[in-house]
Amino acid sequence: MMFAASAAIMIWLALAVVRALRGPTVFDRLVASNSIGTGAILLLAVFGFMTGRPEFLDIGILYALLNVVGTIAVLKFFRFGDLGHRGGEEPD
Amino acid sequence: MRAVALVLTLLLFWLVLSGHYTLWLIGAGIVSSIAIAAFARRMAAIDDEGHPVEWLVGAITYWPWLLWEIVKATWDVVKIILSPRLDISPTLIRVKASQKSSVGLNIYANSITLTPGTISAALSSTDSTILVHAVTQDGAEATAEGTMDRRVTAYEGRAK
Amino acid sequence: MEMAQHIAAYLFLGIGCLLILIGGFGINRMPDVYTRMHAASVSDTLGAILVLFGLMIEAGPTLVALKLAIIILLLLFTGPVATHAVARAALEVGVKPLLRTRDGKPGKGIIEPDGSVTPWKD
Repeated sequence: MMFAASAAIMIWLALAVVRALRGPTVFDRLVASNSIGTGAILLLAVFGFMTGRPEFLDIGILYALLNVVGTIAVLKFFRFGDLGHRGGEEPD
Repeated sequence: MRAVALVLTLLLFWLVLSGHYTLWLIGAGIVSSIAIAAFARRMAAIDDEGHPVEWLVGAITYWPWLLWEIVKATWDVVKIILSPRLDISPTLIRVKASQKSSVGLNIYANSITLTPGTISAALSSTDSTILVHAVTQDGAEATAEGTMDRRVTAYEGRAK
Repeated sequence: MEMAQHIAAYLFLGIGCLLILIGGFGINRMPDVYTRMHAASVSDTLGAILVLFGLMIEAGPTLVALKLAIIILLLLFTGPVATHAVARAALEVGVKPLLRTRDGKPGKGIIEPDGSVTPWKD
């Protein structure tokens, strides 16, 4: 059953990768990459149960934290062209 | 007071993540929780937005209700995705939010995004409206009706 | 007892996997960015919750179940923030949403709270 679950998650990841490659806008790719991040967390959790090593969950927690930071970093870079930008005003 | 709550939350997080309960590790956890709370206090990050601990009590009734809303909305979106003629009517609608605090407005916007079929695309705190994108016109009108809005406002009242 | 635990866990896992597959199918089927986000949120919220909840039941009352609960909470808190950020950025950059009314006619723009319609400007 864990095997079937990980297979389903991998198919989902493949579908998300297809969307990330097809685009067409950068936002489609971001939605897909956000899904890929969630999928990676699920895959890590299920894989931890498959191999009987739940330590993988700690990596899953890290992924959950980094996923949102990554998405927002890409958006900020796309908007301002600079990650150190303070925001609040329009880019010049 | 809020700083003490932050220390306790961080310590609980430490204990769950570590899983080894020796004197040295628990001591290290206590020290680093207090240090982080002290840093956050110096940064003036512990206010009602930084660590809204008083909202936890109302969550006992709000979260199960929200979960049930998510289940219902998911079923609607699943039906749309699987229907052969893709029966969508995407709608942009601006809805009023009746929450007074920024945490309440945030919870409302996040609840809208969390239920599949509706996304809060922009929110303005000056006239407290939320721009909602819904995948069907029915979903948009259901959001504009304001059941969730009243629910979040009641939740906000309990957090005082 | 053990048997019932396994059956419940597999039930949640199965429904969760079905939902994430439907969500993955949806993001390839929907016509524009905003509608794709709705499809993605099917798998990112309820699909992920159900899979992790199934694992929680399988783990039983241990520390592992608590960690899974933390992952669920983190997903529920951070997921909408990322989705909102993407939607807002797309609107501000001016990605035109596909708008349609219930009977299939093209939609005009943003419906205001008083019922008037602000036309979409390019």
